[in-house]
Amino acid sequence: MAKCVCVIAEFHNGSFRRASFEVASEGRRIADALGTSLCAVALGAGVAGKASDLGRYGVEKIYVADDSALESYVAETHVLAAAEIVKKCDPSVVLLPASVNGKDLAARLAARLDAGLAQDCTRIRCENALIKAKRPIFAGKCFAWCEWAEGEMPIISCRPNTMDCITPGGEKKAEVEKVDIALPEARSRVKSIDMDTSGKVELTEAEIIVSGGRGMKGPENFSMLEDLAGALGAAVGASRAAVDAGWRPHSDQVGQTGKVVNPNLYIAVGISGAIQHLAGMGSSKFIVAVNKDSEAPIFSKADYGIVEDLFKFIPAFTEEARKLKSTCS
Amino acid sequence: MRIVVLLKQTPDTESVVRIASDNKSIVAGDLKWIINPYDEFAVEAALRLKQEHGGTVTIVSWGPQRVVEAIRTALAMGADDGVLIDDPVLEGSDSLGGAKVLAAAVEELKPDVVLCGSRAVDYDEAQRGAMVAELLGWPHLALAVALHSTGSTVTIERPIEGGKVVMEADLPALVTLGGSHAVWKPRYASLPGIMKAKKKPLVMKKAAELGLDASRCGPAAARIRIMSLDPPPERVPGRIIDGDLDTAGKARELVRALHEEARVI
Repeated sequence: MAKCVCVIAEFHNGSFRRASFEVASEGRRIADALGTSLCAVALGAGVAGKASDLGRYGVEKIYVADDSALESYVAETHVLAAAEIVKKCDPSVVLLPASVNGKDLAARLAARLDAGLAQDCTRIRCENALIKAKRPIFAGKCFAWCEWAEGEMPIISCRPNTMDCITPGGEKKAEVEKVDIALPEARSRVKSIDMDTSGKVELTEAEIIVSGGRGMKGPENFSMLEDLAGALGAAVGASRAAVDAGWRPHSDQVGQTGKVVNPNLYIAVGISGAIQHLAGMGSSKFIVAVNKDSEAPIFSKADYGIVEDLFKFIPAFTEEARKLKSTCS
Repeated sequence: MRIVVLLKQTPDTESVVRIASDNKSIVAGDLKWIINPYDEFAVEAALRLKQEHGGTVTIVSWGPQRVVEAIRTALAMGADDGVLIDDPVLEGSDSLGGAKVLAAAVEELKPDVVLCGSRAVDYDEAQRGAMVAELLGWPHLALAVALHSTGSTVTIERPIEGGKVVMEADLPALVTLGGSHAVWKPRYASLPGIMKAKKKPLVMKKAAELGLDASRCGPAAARIRIMSLDPPPERVPGRIIDGDLDTAGKARELVRALHEEARVI
């Protein structure tokens, strides 16, 4: 049998991130194509009790490093543990979620294992037992197909929300093997973690995003977008112009310098559509543009365009969205 | 404090990207080149560290001669000197090959801290910083949106999904910069700065001078290659919701379309 496929799951706050299940599902598909088995690496404090969650997505064997030193992500410690286990299971390919920490771990792991890495991949193909991966470059202005030579071990981080999760099964039980790794004291450490408890949806994980640009005219007007986002269960983003003006925090910025997002629905309000913004949201499944300038470039990307004064239109839109939600629920 | 900034020159973010006839590269002819914005934030952060702790800021880059302009810009912002590894044997290197070159150059400079962008806005590899740190055997902290140093440690704030983390590393350490222009507000080069930059030392090096063999860091050592480029999927032109509808009518029609046609709300 060919060498196994290995996925590195991300454990956070007592559970696996959803992206880990997407990666496990993709790993299952690749293992089937290669005719081999699927193993997983689970790192964290208290992860042992949760490891079997991965089995429901087709993982057959789970290597667990359950250590208090792995409680919060510290690159040098996590890479040591991940590299030890990857060497132990000697896979043909390694997959990770392209989350903030997943991408960081992937890069350090690739250097440690002298392997080739493709970050943020949106598709993986398996042709004649060789892996190919597609990834956006120039923030999505272009896509690159990457290849590895025969005998190489590709490391691939998978962009969240782009690979289908298989429907979890309940019956299959994965074999769990605990691995003890000596982790020396790290020269870097977490001082504090401050999680947002307001229930705000993270932009890169949001299914719907409402974004505002220069046309919002000032920070106070974003409350209108927050109302709309509330009605739709959406996250609020912003263009670089709005962030540079100090109207919104930098963490809200969508674009080539900022976050690249791929929600099901992106609603651009008062955003003209500079090329650096279009790069960051162009892969959204549906795009709505609201702008009073009918010549705005954003309309060339929009599935639905509204040429209107946003200050009149957004409250009306919010009201209609609320009506829909109340009839649906 | 001895500070090194790893810098890459990239096409301007307003550039239109066209795929070249080889289907593997982009048309470079008419591109406007800038300092990778995230590396520009690193230059700014380095200059602030220097202001607080004294010392020097050295810019290190690998690439062709056009990169000189980017390094001179960083020198005009206030960096002290530069090293450019311009070597045809590196043409076609992958991220790891490039990281080996940068790590070797850093090793010669023996800095206390290395700063660089978390990613470059051209190929979005997001690998360089973590790889260089691993090759040096240093700790690294990624995606800083705030950075402080006591002189023996460096502390950063980094956003993660749904929150933020404060991390600290003992020096020497590498930090990659996240955030945005609004966070770092990189300074502009002043006119006197530009004049001074012309006289600041900028050393050209070859990989061999860093003790590196092309078989270790050149195209032959590349583990991964780009085989082809695809344009992004064409978006089918959408429709303007207009008709003779008033504002409320348009809102109603949009909600209906998103619910019944697109099925996204």
